[in-house]
Amino acid sequence: MKHSLEVKNLHVSIDGQAILKDFNLTVPKGEVHALMGPNGTGKSTLAKVMAGHEDYTVESGEVLLDGVNILGQEPDEISHAGLFLAFQYPMEIPGVSIANFIRAAKQARLPEGEEINAIEYYKDLYAKMDALKMDRKFTARSLNEGFSGGEKKRCEILQMAMLDPKYCVMDETDSGLDIDALRIVSEGVNHMRSEHRAFLVITHYQRLLDYIVPDVVHVMFDGRIVHSGDKELAKELESKGYDWVKEAFATASA
Amino acid sequence: MSDTDLQDQAIQVDTEKGNFKYPENYEFDAGLGLNEDTIKYISDVKDDPDWVREFRLNALEVFQKKPMPTKWADKDLENIDFDKIRYYLSKGQQPARSWDEVPDDVKETFERLGIPEQERKFLAGVEAQFDSEASYSRMKEDLEKDGVIFVGSSEGLAEYSEIFKPYFGKVIPTADNKFSALNSAAFSGGSFIYVPKGVKLKQPLQAYFRINAENFGQFERTLIIADEDSEITYMEGCTAPKFETTTLHSAVVELVALKNAKIQYITVQNWSSNVFNLVTKRGMADEGAEVKWIDCNIGSRLTMKYPGVVLKGKGARGEVLSIALANEGQHQDTGAKMMHLADNTTSNIISKSISIGKGRSTYRGQVHMPKHLKDCKNNTECDALLINTNSRTDTYPAITTRGQNNTVQHEASVSKVSAEQIFYMMQRGLSEGEAMSLAVNGFVNELMKAFPMEYSVELKRLIDMEMEGSVG
Ligand SMILES: Nc1ncnc2c1ncn2[C@@H]1O[C@H](COP(=O)(O)OP(=O)(O)O)[C@@H](O)[C@H]1O
Ligand SMILES: [Mg+2]
Repeated sequence: MKHSLEVKNLHVSIDGQAILKDFNLTVPKGEVHALMGPNGTGKSTLAKVMAGHEDYTVESGEVLLDGVNILGQEPDEISHAGLFLAFQYPMEIPGVSIANFIRAAKQARLPEGEEINAIEYYKDLYAKMDALKMDRKFTARSLNEGFSGGEKKRCEILQMAMLDPKYCVMDETDSGLDIDALRIVSEGVNHMRSEHRAFLVITHYQRLLDYIVPDVVHVMFDGRIVHSGDKELAKELESKGYDWVKEAFATASA
Repeated sequence: MSDTDLQDQAIQVDTEKGNFKYPENYEFDAGLGLNEDTIKYISDVKDDPDWVREFRLNALEVFQKKPMPTKWADKDLENIDFDKIRYYLSKGQQPARSWDEVPDDVKETFERLGIPEQERKFLAGVEAQFDSEASYSRMKEDLEKDGVIFVGSSEGLAEYSEIFKPYFGKVIPTADNKFSALNSAAFSGGSFIYVPKGVKLKQPLQAYFRINAENFGQFERTLIIADEDSEITYMEGCTAPKFETTTLHSAVVELVALKNAKIQYITVQNWSSNVFNLVTKRGMADEGAEVKWIDCNIGSRLTMKYPGVVLKGKGARGEVLSIALANEGQHQDTGAKMMHLADNTTSNIISKSISIGKGRSTYRGQVHMPKHLKDCKNNTECDALLINTNSRTDTYPAITTRGQNNTVQHEASVSKVSAEQIFYMMQRGLSEGEAMSLAVNGFVNELMKAFPMEYSVELKRLIDMEMEGSVG
């Protein structure tokens, strides 16, 4: 069995328009990979396709979780298989408290008839909220409703920590975070790094990668990865700008 | 999870819990159809006093004369074939005071519905009606000592007529609408309750209305009188098995809260999808009194129900808190009426409706504050939640206000559970049904905090079952 998240020759379109074009990527357990690229290049599309969103048409290719193709599975099955997506734009769920939502998500992973231990659950929840410097009062608030951008992102990381996934895909978690929040969230993520878990960190800016130091950096342009390197690549990208990517790789991808 | 999928998969209404029936075995059966003989048969079986016989026959005439309200209401009403319904079915025995004396099939029915268990846990008294008559009726002894009366409609009118007759048919006159007339002609069963001055019931009384027979109409009649400074909470629950044929449920519920009394009336309705549920409910609140309706409508084919409060005395308060869930093929036509007839009266209406698939919800509100009144207040909030784009929701608020220092506040909202919200929740591991259920629970959550605990637990369970059943 392969211990990795593997995307193979993935072609995805929406409304007849090709978005991912022969996309390939392997993130082994224990590693953190960063995926960078200009707006509109297909990063969020990749994330949602992996999570089983049905608006996108998969023309061909595979997404393998530990060697098992998850394309075509329902989003909840993919979640149970161990993939977590921290959304770029988390949804508001009015009237459903954070505590109840995470509890329901954890409960959904238990076998029929087994109940969550409420005392342990709250202990765990509070500890993780404390680590993320979230006010405990937040547990009673409706999920994401009226949250600031930064609060939403923190709440995504809280859910990620609580659900203990094997593969974490974080879509622009840094956007909307001020520098303090960025540090706190990054600490939360770093704390979760382990040989049993892999991260795909999608970001537009190098800034986040000062805190979550990646093993590999991929540059994406026009629906595919055009260049990969170590963490220095992110810095190079930052100084040269995305225009450099366009110039250097436009011909390659055409 | 496309819209069409959602629709295809949408909810088989039956919360399986209520969907079972026992073979029919009745001593008294008024037969199919409704005419004078049917009514006389019912009166004979019940040994009605003369004034009740006349009351029924007069009501029959009113019913026959009144047109169906299809001018404004759902045309589906025309599909009720009054000749294909049985108006009275009973096993003939008096209500038992111990579950051991209840016939086995009936006892098992109520056990499956959890009634004896609830009685032990938190109720002050229970009446369990099986088709036309109560099979079981019992109240805690200390309440009897306090002078509380808790009986069926026939017993109430025959044995306590000095108490009940002055109010019977007064809050809701026979001619109020076609279905109140039908009930006034054919009524049977229901609860007649009198709470003496100053007596405050700590636990609720409960009635459970069970329809077992096919082609049947259930017409229970309830009258609750809370004397000065008394308090009572009454809960009713209802279920029926799912039949191919039409079942009719047409109740009349009258509440009378005398000076400074409080009545809270709670309904947990969970009808199968072949039931026409056409119910008239109204309370009268005297000076300083309070009438509160908590009304939850799940299931049925068509429900028409607009609980109301007549705020008759100074400082009276009225409240309607309602939740309606309209599933595929259902129409929940609900609302509230507040009639302000005295100064300084306040009313509050909060209505939450959920429409799924082609399910349809309608809110009809009426708030009446005549010109000569002072310092009256009404607050109305009606919120609709749509689960998929084809659901339909309509609101018809009618507010007539004039006068000094009277305030009316009206808020309405329509929101949707979007495919993106469902995707978000499923990404966290919830099934589609669990995700929808959570969204619905979130929508009614705030309102449910105003409900007694036992009731919110039951309601949450019903919503979960309803939503779980909605997807594959
Ligand atoms: N649901 C959608 N409907 C139509 N077009 C979409 C949809 N989602 C993404 N796209 C298009 O796909 C392309 C890639 O978008 P996206 O994956 O969000 O890029 P990124 O996350 O890299 O900014 C864009 O051109 C965008 O307009
Ligand atoms: Mg994006």
